[in-house]
Amino acid sequence: MSTTTDPQGGTFRLSMLLNDSRYRSLTLQAIAAIILALAIFQLYSNLAENLRIAGLNISYAFLGTPAGYDLNQTLIDYNSQSSNLRAAFVGILNTLLVAVLGCITATVFGVIAGVLRLSNNWLVRKLMAFYVEIFRNIPVLIWIIIIFTIMTAVMPGPKLYLGAEPERELIGGLFAFTNRGIYVPAPFFTSGFGGEEGSGLNWLLVIGVLVASFFAARFVTASANAKQAETGVRPNTMYLNLAIWFVPVAIVLFILGLSWDMPDPLANRFNLRGGLQIGAPLIALWFALSIYTGAFIAENVRAGIQAVSKGQTEAASALGLRPGRTMSLVVLPQALRVIIPPLISQYLNITKNSSLAIVVGYADITATLGGITLNQTGRAIECVLLLMAFYLIISLLISMGMNVYNNAMKLKER
Amino acid sequence: MSDLHAHSVSFVRTETIPQSAPPMTASGPLRWGRENLFATPANGALTLVALFAIYLILSATVPWILNGVWNAGSLSECREILNGTKGACFAVLADRWDQLIFGYSYPADEYWRPTLAFILMLVAIAPVLFFDLPRKLLIVTALFPFVAFWLIWGGTIWTPIFALVGFVVGYFVYARFVTRSFAIGFFGGIAAALATWWVSGFIVPTLAPEEPFLSSVPSRDLGGYMLNMMLGVTCVSLSLPLGIALALGRQSSMPLIKYLCVIFIEFIRGVPLITLLFVASVMLSYFFPPERTVDLFIRVVIMITMFSSAYIAEVIRGGLAALPKGQFEAADSLGLDYAQAMRLIILPQALKISIPGIVNIAVGLFKDTTLVSVISMFDIIGMIRGPILASTDWAGLYWELFLFACAVFFVVCYGISQYSQWLERRLATDHR
Amino acid sequence: MYRLRYPKVSDQPPINVADYQEEVTMNKSVLFGAMTVAALAAGAAAAGTLDDVKARGKLNCGVTTGLAGFAAPDANGEWKGFDVAVCRAVAAAVLGDATAVEFVPTTGKTRFTALASGEIDMLARNTTWTLSRDVDLKFDFVGVNYYDGQGFMVPKELGVSSAKDLDGATVCIQTGTTTELNLADFFRANNISYEPVPIETNAEGTQQYLAGACDTYTTDASGLASTRATFENPGDHTLLPEIISKEPLGPLVRHGDNEWGDIVRWTLNALITAEELGVSSANVTEMTTSTTNPEIARLLGSEGTLGEMLGLDADWAKRAIETQGNYGEIFAKNIGEDTPIGLARGLNAQWTDGGLLYSPPFR
Repeated sequence: MSTTTDPQGGTFRLSMLLNDSRYRSLTLQAIAAIILALAIFQLYSNLAENLRIAGLNISYAFLGTPAGYDLNQTLIDYNSQSSNLRAAFVGILNTLLVAVLGCITATVFGVIAGVLRLSNNWLVRKLMAFYVEIFRNIPVLIWIIIIFTIMTAVMPGPKLYLGAEPERELIGGLFAFTNRGIYVPAPFFTSGFGGEEGSGLNWLLVIGVLVASFFAARFVTASANAKQAETGVRPNTMYLNLAIWFVPVAIVLFILGLSWDMPDPLANRFNLRGGLQIGAPLIALWFALSIYTGAFIAENVRAGIQAVSKGQTEAASALGLRPGRTMSLVVLPQALRVIIPPLISQYLNITKNSSLAIVVGYADITATLGGITLNQTGRAIECVLLLMAFYLIISLLISMGMNVYNNAMKLKER
Repeated sequence: MSDLHAHSVSFVRTETIPQSAPPMTASGPLRWGRENLFATPANGALTLVALFAIYLILSATVPWILNGVWNAGSLSECREILNGTKGACFAVLADRWDQLIFGYSYPADEYWRPTLAFILMLVAIAPVLFFDLPRKLLIVTALFPFVAFWLIWGGTIWTPIFALVGFVVGYFVYARFVTRSFAIGFFGGIAAALATWWVSGFIVPTLAPEEPFLSSVPSRDLGGYMLNMMLGVTCVSLSLPLGIALALGRQSSMPLIKYLCVIFIEFIRGVPLITLLFVASVMLSYFFPPERTVDLFIRVVIMITMFSSAYIAEVIRGGLAALPKGQFEAADSLGLDYAQAMRLIILPQALKISIPGIVNIAVGLFKDTTLVSVISMFDIIGMIRGPILASTDWAGLYWELFLFACAVFFVVCYGISQYSQWLERRLATDHR
Repeated sequence: MYRLRYPKVSDQPPINVADYQEEVTMNKSVLFGAMTVAALAAGAAAAGTLDDVKARGKLNCGVTTGLAGFAAPDANGEWKGFDVAVCRAVAAAVLGDATAVEFVPTTGKTRFTALASGEIDMLARNTTWTLSRDVDLKFDFVGVNYYDGQGFMVPKELGVSSAKDLDGATVCIQTGTTTELNLADFFRANNISYEPVPIETNAEGTQQYLAGACDTYTTDASGLASTRATFENPGDHTLLPEIISKEPLGPLVRHGDNEWGDIVRWTLNALITAEELGVSSANVTEMTTSTTNPEIARLLGSEGTLGEMLGLDADWAKRAIETQGNYGEIFAKNIGEDTPIGLARGLNAQWTDGGLLYSPPFR
């Protein structure tokens, strides 16, 4: 293409900055850059001036000082003498924990509700529509508060389980459901690294073995596929795979001396001791986020399934596929392409909504760094900036994952 | 042969039997029940489970609601009336109705003002939502912001009038010059409007009466459900033009502008609204010039508007992307410049596609306005968690108040989402 | 489009503020866009707060978002409470009108920013006087209007008689003040463990506690007493004897504006001194003319120039006492034993009665 429409050469006139398409975009960008620079300068000088007047400064030194407060659920070692930075890390891990758990259960709720909304059972269909509408149209903040309140009001206190002759026995001697949380037996290793204290290494080892099993199982499947392609006969790999999955782990667990720490009703007069305690704030937040987001996911799932043209189902039937296989082999793979992108943005929403943990007293990043630390140190600007940086990084990581997926799943056209 | 046959088969009926009703199980409610509730054993089990769930919910709530007390001055009075039986204490709603709706500090004599503004809003928003209404109603829509501002905040009427005059002058300048070049018209219009407002800054104080017809109400005094409504409506309407600009900016071929928009959108979408509200409540005041502070309502409006404009920009970008490339090429081949192409061809179509998405964003945003309760603004949730539950009269209540909050949000949000679905059907002009 | 600016009055001689007109003029210069009219500008941080307050004709006072007895709007939307009375007394002293107060509700998070950024002129929000807040956050605590301490409430049926018996208990904490830190210190010092459940509002803390989700509820003892008063069966709950912290709660102002700090400090002192000297809202007018006690005369402005020294008129303290009553009256009206809150004077009695209230002399 030649650019004959553009004037060739000629002298440069000032009006060309606006009227000539070669220069206009440069002019506009220059103006934008100047305005931006002015705005940033203005904001920055305001900030500096305000801080000077108030006699404050921006300093992150508070991160290193002892936090001074305790937290009720920590995935890493933490006590009130740990630094504010460590408190923030506890918060980050707790945020990630509730976000991951929430994503899993929200998907389960959403898929069940979405499929049931298309059920041919009238009552179930209406009930699911009711569920979806009631949760979609009421703010999540209200749901979190209500669910937390219901949980503490409806579940029994731990007193019932306590003492030598409790009113209620632990369920199967293993579990207790109270309004302070759920108590379950906790696994630990008697002869692993770190002795009685235990160490993260043990779990790393177990996870490592599982990962190795995963690759081994994949290799077995791949070679079975190759064999099938070659000879037309598929070797039975089920037992081999089962063995690959379970035997090594069992051996490792045995060597490490796996044993279970049971909730003990006698150790303390206020609470069950021992075992793994899943705190009520976590459960309430987790459940509230899951059931709220589940309603949105249900709509996505329904839309995804409905987006698959009816001809596909009919074609599958014509080929003689049973309804179950039609769903799993024809409809779902196509529906997933529609479902996954909005699903991921729902996951993003769960992560962001988990910041509402403060209303139930769950120690997430907003409650530690953006809550108690901010309250106690008064370092508002620093805390809020760090908080935003954290959420931004998480969101960008999730969006990156989504872009990778989208590119992989894109319909290859032309 | 044939007549033999005719004689031998003498019992052939000559008239039809009257139609009998289909068997019980094949018609009426029984058939409907069998097909819709008990089609298969698994389906039947599902029905029974659902029935049981419904029973559980109803048996827990219905007696409690029916036994409710509507007339009492405090929770302890309620408990006396209930006399140990289980029942709700809805008296709190009657006692604190004004606070739930208008907050605790809006002057009680002036409640008619926000109420009138609300009714006017319904009128103003109708022609936007329903295309069949006479287009003349859009005049009401255009005037509504100024009237509503005056009604809710009060003060001298000249403020909104001159604000309006600024827009009108800006529009005339735009209309005069747009034929020459869109840029001149657009920026000229903005400059003219700004100039008008600057001049009116000198005029208004001299015109302002000592005792304005509507007494002035500071925005700190806004509260209750009214605050949710106002934040929702204001922020959505402000973020629409901003969202369009951001969406266009993101598609721009100018790298600086494009990346500015991308960074802004991704940043805002990457952080939770609550951190933005923290910014509004604890950080933003440091960024204003030292000699003035901007009140919390404005700061929150700024942050929520930024928040929703990023989301709306993404929806509109989706609308732009969904347009066939031919539309862009057709506009180019007609010789339209960028502004004309966008204004006359691209945006009308892209916006039409985006409307359901924008409505969804609006509903989500309206729900999210409850988060302002976390930063000490007294919206409906803030009123409940703050003054009402902190008062000695009503401390200890819970369900009644939150049930009420659920109800008011559900009514509005469900209404809007039903509208959105109707609109989607209405706009679906293609054939499937 | 325009905003309000206020004439500078700093160079004017002290005037009778009672006659002070709300001299708010509209300024023309600032153009902010149509909606910003609502952004009523508040005072400046740099210029004297006193001048700003006078010019504005209103005192912006930061309070809690709702704590019965201390600061909460009633059914008519009018703020009532112990902290509120301090705000009103300052407004009466400075502006001559106890109702000329704009109450700005703040949370534990927003209160310091609100004060530092000039959004409020003073903070009267049960805020504990600590070194780091005074020094690091650059605020001035002007005095103590309530000596509090962190306590524990437990159900009687739990059979706990001392906080040291709480090993392993689940503790509901109302966050916001120094509560979390004191609690951590206490349990660490006694080498016992606990499960903290931090709760944002008192209403939710109460709900958790009553539902048995925690064994004990901890916050300032005054708050516990007022919370217990709202229970269905207050007798089933008891306050443990331990008070694990010192919580001197008092109003604070920005560091560096000493003139303004002095005014708030001495208004508070005036309320305390008034009680000590037997001046009350009922007899203050009569006392002004009839008193023979020189200190009362100086306090009420019939003798000396104390008001002038503060940059106020002579009647400043008289107005504060007249409208709000002396410290004892404020206490009795809002949180005293005859109110639902039902707090005893305890540490908050005058030094002459064995309490800690001890105002420097008015001289």
